[in-house]
Amino acid sequence: MARKIIQQKKTENIQNKNGHSVLTHGHINVSDGFNIDNVLHHIKHYLPSQTPLKDFIHHNSLHAFQDKLFYEGIFTAATIFGYQVTLELKDYRQLYSEGRIRKDVVKEIVEKRKGVISADFWKSCMLEKKYDCHLAPRIGWLRSHWNTRLNFDIDNKVQPLLFRILSSYLDQGIAIQKFPLNEKGFLASIRDLQKNSGEGFFKTKRAKDLLLNEDIGVYELLMILVGNESAFEHYLFDQQFSHRGWSGMVATLEAKPDSLLDKRRISLYDVVVLELLLEIDALDFYFKNRWNPLTIGLPINSYNLFAPVQKGEVMEVLSLWQDAFEWSYYDDVLSGLSKGNLIKPTDPVDTSFQAMFCIDERECSLRRHIESIDPKCETFGSPGFFGVEFFFKPEHGKFTDKLCPAPVQPAYLIKEINTSKHVEKDILFDKQSYHPGKGWLYSLGIGFWAGITLVKNLFFPKMSPAISNAFGHMDANGSLTIDSNDKMILEDSLRVGFTTEDMANRVEKLLRSIGLVSEFAPLVYAVAHGSSSANNPHHGAHDCGACSGRPGSINARVFAAMANNEKVRSLLNERGIKIPDSTFFVGGMHDTASDMIEFSDVAYIPELLKDLHKSNVIKFEQALNKNAKERSRRFASINSKDVLGNIRKAINNRSVSFFEPRPELGHGTNSVCIVGRRDISKHLFLDRRAFLNSYDYRTDPEGKILVDVLKPIGPVCGGINLEYYFSRVDNHKLGAGTKLPHNVVGLIGVSNGCDGDLRPGLPVQMIEVHDPVRLLVVVEHRPEIVLKCIQSNSAMYEWFINEWVHLIAFDPIEKKFFLFKNGEFTEYIPLRNHLGILENSELLFENASLMDSAHIADATKENLPVFVLN
Amino acid sequence: MTPLLHYFILLPLVAFLIGLIIPGSKEKHIAFSTIMFSSAHLLLLLTFMSLWVYNSFPIVDEKSLVFIKADDIEIFLDFYFDRITCVFALIGSILMLLVSIFSRFYLHREQGYKRFFSMIQLFFLGYNLIIFSGNYESLFIGWEFIGIASFLLISFYRDRYLPVRNSIKVISIYRLGDIALILAMWMSHHIWHENIVFAKFNDPSLLSSHLSEHYPSALFIMFMVVLAAMIKSGQFPFSSWLPRAMEGPTTSSGLFYGALSSHIGVFLLLRTAKYWETMPEIKFTLIVVGILTIIVAASITQVQSTIKSQIAYSSITQMGIIFLEIALGWHALALLHFAGNALLRTYQLLVSPAVLNYLVHDQFYNYDPSEPVKTNLGFKKLRSTLYVLGIKEWNLDFFQYRYLWSPFKWIGKKSGFLGNRKALPFVLAIFLCGIGIHFFRDEWPPIIPVFAAPVIALTGFLLILSSFSNSGNAISAWVHVVMGQLFVLLSVMLSNTDFGYHFILLWGSGVFIASIAGFWCLWLIQKIDNDILLNRYHGYVYERPVIAVVFLLSCLAFAGFPITPTFVGVDLLFSHVDKQHIGLIVFVSLAFLFTELALLRIYIRIFLGQHKKMTHAIAYKSS
Repeated sequence: MARKIIQQKKTENIQNKNGHSVLTHGHINVSDGFNIDNVLHHIKHYLPSQTPLKDFIHHNSLHAFQDKLFYEGIFTAATIFGYQVTLELKDYRQLYSEGRIRKDVVKEIVEKRKGVISADFWKSCMLEKKYDCHLAPRIGWLRSHWNTRLNFDIDNKVQPLLFRILSSYLDQGIAIQKFPLNEKGFLASIRDLQKNSGEGFFKTKRAKDLLLNEDIGVYELLMILVGNESAFEHYLFDQQFSHRGWSGMVATLEAKPDSLLDKRRISLYDVVVLELLLEIDALDFYFKNRWNPLTIGLPINSYNLFAPVQKGEVMEVLSLWQDAFEWSYYDDVLSGLSKGNLIKPTDPVDTSFQAMFCIDERECSLRRHIESIDPKCETFGSPGFFGVEFFFKPEHGKFTDKLCPAPVQPAYLIKEINTSKHVEKDILFDKQSYHPGKGWLYSLGIGFWAGITLVKNLFFPKMSPAISNAFGHMDANGSLTIDSNDKMILEDSLRVGFTTEDMANRVEKLLRSIGLVSEFAPLVYAVAHGSSSANNPHHGAHDCGACSGRPGSINARVFAAMANNEKVRSLLNERGIKIPDSTFFVGGMHDTASDMIEFSDVAYIPELLKDLHKSNVIKFEQALNKNAKERSRRFASINSKDVLGNIRKAINNRSVSFFEPRPELGHGTNSVCIVGRRDISKHLFLDRRAFLNSYDYRTDPEGKILVDVLKPIGPVCGGINLEYYFSRVDNHKLGAGTKLPHNVVGLIGVSNGCDGDLRPGLPVQMIEVHDPVRLLVVVEHRPEIVLKCIQSNSAMYEWFINEWVHLIAFDPIEKKFFLFKNGEFTEYIPLRNHLGILENSELLFENASLMDSAHIADATKENLPVFVLN
Repeated sequence: MTPLLHYFILLPLVAFLIGLIIPGSKEKHIAFSTIMFSSAHLLLLLTFMSLWVYNSFPIVDEKSLVFIKADDIEIFLDFYFDRITCVFALIGSILMLLVSIFSRFYLHREQGYKRFFSMIQLFFLGYNLIIFSGNYESLFIGWEFIGIASFLLISFYRDRYLPVRNSIKVISIYRLGDIALILAMWMSHHIWHENIVFAKFNDPSLLSSHLSEHYPSALFIMFMVVLAAMIKSGQFPFSSWLPRAMEGPTTSSGLFYGALSSHIGVFLLLRTAKYWETMPEIKFTLIVVGILTIIVAASITQVQSTIKSQIAYSSITQMGIIFLEIALGWHALALLHFAGNALLRTYQLLVSPAVLNYLVHDQFYNYDPSEPVKTNLGFKKLRSTLYVLGIKEWNLDFFQYRYLWSPFKWIGKKSGFLGNRKALPFVLAIFLCGIGIHFFRDEWPPIIPVFAAPVIALTGFLLILSSFSNSGNAISAWVHVVMGQLFVLLSVMLSNTDFGYHFILLWGSGVFIASIAGFWCLWLIQKIDNDILLNRYHGYVYERPVIAVVFLLSCLAFAGFPITPTFVGVDLLFSHVDKQHIGLIVFVSLAFLFTELALLRIYIRIFLGQHKKMTHAIAYKSS
């Protein structure tokens, strides 16, 4: 076998813009084969992209495969990386036998996809045929030969130390002593430590020399370890995916260094170099010179990680089942929506109040309850940052928080001033207690206090500085620098406050998008949401996704202030939106865990409206009671038949109890997103499963606004949905596993125990109740307009055309549904016309059964069907 | 008042047994039973303490259950209560109750809810046996319970690799401590000529005459006790196991490693303090160990970037200080320090997930981008060296593997030939020789059995060791251990004719059933895929949970865990090894050390770890 011999390898060390040392290979032979930049780019594409846990932004766990059709993408991922990407075959069959996958839907799906003639064959495959569902992933094959050849578990020798070094370097404040940083980056810091200390990280001389020789790059190291250039990429894939948590974190921090408060300069390249060195070190130490590069004698050319994936029969069967599972629910949703025309639209003249909520599906039930308590009110849904994007800097804060969807880069800064609160401390978290001497004093002194605190929290849980408090994000008594009075003040190259024009644009855009351009009620509420929880490293995942995983209280308050601003109103008036002087906007926030709402700036509510507000607050409270009761049916610790006050108290306690791993169930069960007027879904019981985005096709016949409304649906709602989907079907590899053994690492992530890899994804406590179905997006507009909108942006179009979310256009005129498939809309007629009518929802909640296990057949039984509200 | 002492053991025992029969799906019943029994325990303790205070702090000693009584040997349980017991019992009982309540919600719907509560109850039973123990035997039973409960809770997430690997790491080092205690007991038997109760240490005249007569042997006993204490309390150089033990649910980590289990070493020293108070060698050792631990553990704590390992090492540091306090005779302070440290670390572990939110918030408001301090080169070098050493945990884990276990693995590999089919006649021949010597011992000069015994023991030890390093068929590894044990038994019979048949029967009853049951379990598993090689983890517990339990029980019974009469047999076996037979005692104790390790290794390789069939979601090896 003739192999290219690389002569005269010349490497040069170039400092790139960031000061990273990047090794480029000057020789042409190298670049035509192995190019480290391309390979790393390729690897990063497939790595998890979760940022440090303080900000939790949901995204499609398999985003790398989104350029393929859904089933093709997930089964490719399964074949290459060994993920479980659907439920197990036996689970589908069990759901079928229990009637949760509908017979008529299975028949319809199989006939549609396979034709009537072969339908029976496929149905028998689905129901009876035995398959070998055994997965043998391609990843890891090459590197497993260290084990088979040398009987040497290289990961065991390298990973614990590698993880320790990485977490020490990236640590944001757990360790008492910081990593001695070299500003040139990770590898430079390691070199410094090696040079400056008597004891390095390596045991053998060759590895030490290689580290200190800055001319040595990945290529040379791989030559030593692997030997054959054509296997380099495969080797690096195997290596990095043996700890995808850490590799993903490094790649993410390389791309987004701002996601750390205490900045670090790190690159995947540096980590690969260190890991390769550690591997050489381990091999040299245990085998001296008695080991050979890995590829010698291996048939590597026949093994291609990314070779096309053959679609097997079992994949086809699984995809049929998955479709049937999804449509068993969707069909009822559409059937329910089709009954909307029976309901008369509310008379707009005497609307009692209007309230805007986040599109978040957790607000779906709260809105239903408010509407049932006060049928004259009107509710809207819009992404919870209310169209105002900015960085927020609390008084005394050393940093800023971004409060808008993750992809947006705001140019504005809102500062909090005149606050009365100061940051509270908890002595039991004091790092001094880890020192030997002070620790001695602490043990003797506050040790007993710790015991008392534990008792207090067990029996009388209440809010404390150690608990993540959604309302603590903002000081209700402080004020915000919202209106810049058209002055230009820059801070950290951000504009402090908004100009009148900026404010008017944002208010106008939001109001138009939800279709609230006239008929304003006296009080219009903007209710953001956040979530309080104790002992929960994943608290950010419960906060508002549209506010970069933070509570949205500031956004609501800022939006309300803008909409109340007189100059803004007069500008809006010029643009055709006439907000009466008698109308006042009030911001507020709903804590989705404790089920509390707090309103901000209530002191500014005009005297005339104060009583009205008070009566509205009572209505909100009643709705929260009902909401708490509805949620309580899922919680074993709460008796749903108890009096409302007790349920509220119990719900609140969950959010401040250290022993409660499920303060709330997050986005679990989400499955539908309805973009349209509330009137089309108001009559339905959707069980907290629907994202509700208000949009009025009548104010936007051309679909100009619709483009902007639909743009975030994929990344935000689809991202949430798919993260839940994949964490549900493979909680081991794509989820974070159970929370209980989690160990907080460097304040950036969690691992199991002290030696483990970082665990991106969602923990099992968040996804148990979730039915893994893709999101069904229903848009109320004519199909041709919807098509035009989604085609206007290729990133947005990818979500729909590749079927990572389903899309239905609900034609408001013809009252027909059109399903988007293969680039075109075709009519869909719901199979079942008859839906249950919900006479008494309270009874439904009270008689809910508790789940026996986290298995899908038990765990999601309580995901209620669609009902028509009485 | 004295008879009440039994109930401190009986309550957790009954709680454990009741917990076993409640079906796993009945979460409420499981938690309720645990909480009720823990509350009862605390109430009983408070009552007892009131009586105790009322009677002005007497020392209570009560001889309990007698296992066996022969001519010169008596093995019995003995209970004891003094202020040391009082403090440990109070803190233990309070924490057990609080953690049970905490876990009731925290563990909700976790797979293994029942397993968890059973294990903390078993642990609590062991803890009480230790702290109420009046002699080494009672203490040792508790010690074994704690060891196995720890093992099972570390490997609580048994479908992942790291917990399983770490569980065997921890139990290995624990087992070393067990053997140290066995040796202490063994020597104690020989120099006291009775099963000594701790209460007798309170008699200064008895003690001083005893010590002047047997000083070197007493020193040996105490060094073994100190070794056991060092291991349990993670003292230098045995520190690295403690953070690795934190693989189970956070609540069990808090209860075990934040508080009760890790402070057992402290208890052991306090309990035996009267005995070693006059031994300067022991005091000196404790001071050196304490100081080294403080230095090493504090420097490791400094650089820990994960919260649980940081708490673990800071707790070790504090225990180093407690060792110092004990050595210096400040026992009241040590007790107070234990109580405070246990409560603080348990609390810190329980709320450790909250640290992310708390410290990020703190950093947001109080961040200080301090520049590295400019210092002279020498100091910088020292700092960097300490930093790297801290990150590498002073290589403690590595050294342990390399210098403690690796040599035995190597010997085991080298003696793998003993398990060969070809070597079988040779092995049998040695065994038959031994039997021959035993039965016709009158025909031989008396020196022959004395020489033969260590050789037989060595052969047994090598067989067991070969099983320990075996990466081949699990059944053959099992058979080797059984053979090895028979050799060990024979060697003791050779060395001491007093080890009669009724003792053999006692020892053999558990071993016999366990060998058959274990063999049968492995055979059943082999039938599934015809692959039970020990070179990998198979995770069969996923498919065959019941067989896994039976096999585990077989392993424990075989290894002399106090669930069958074999436990007493093992004790007898040891006490029949004469003080002079150094070779014999070395091989016999090593054989016992590795028997349990070899068996548990078979258990975890065959039953635990990632399930080998990827027909469902499987964890990453690195997770």
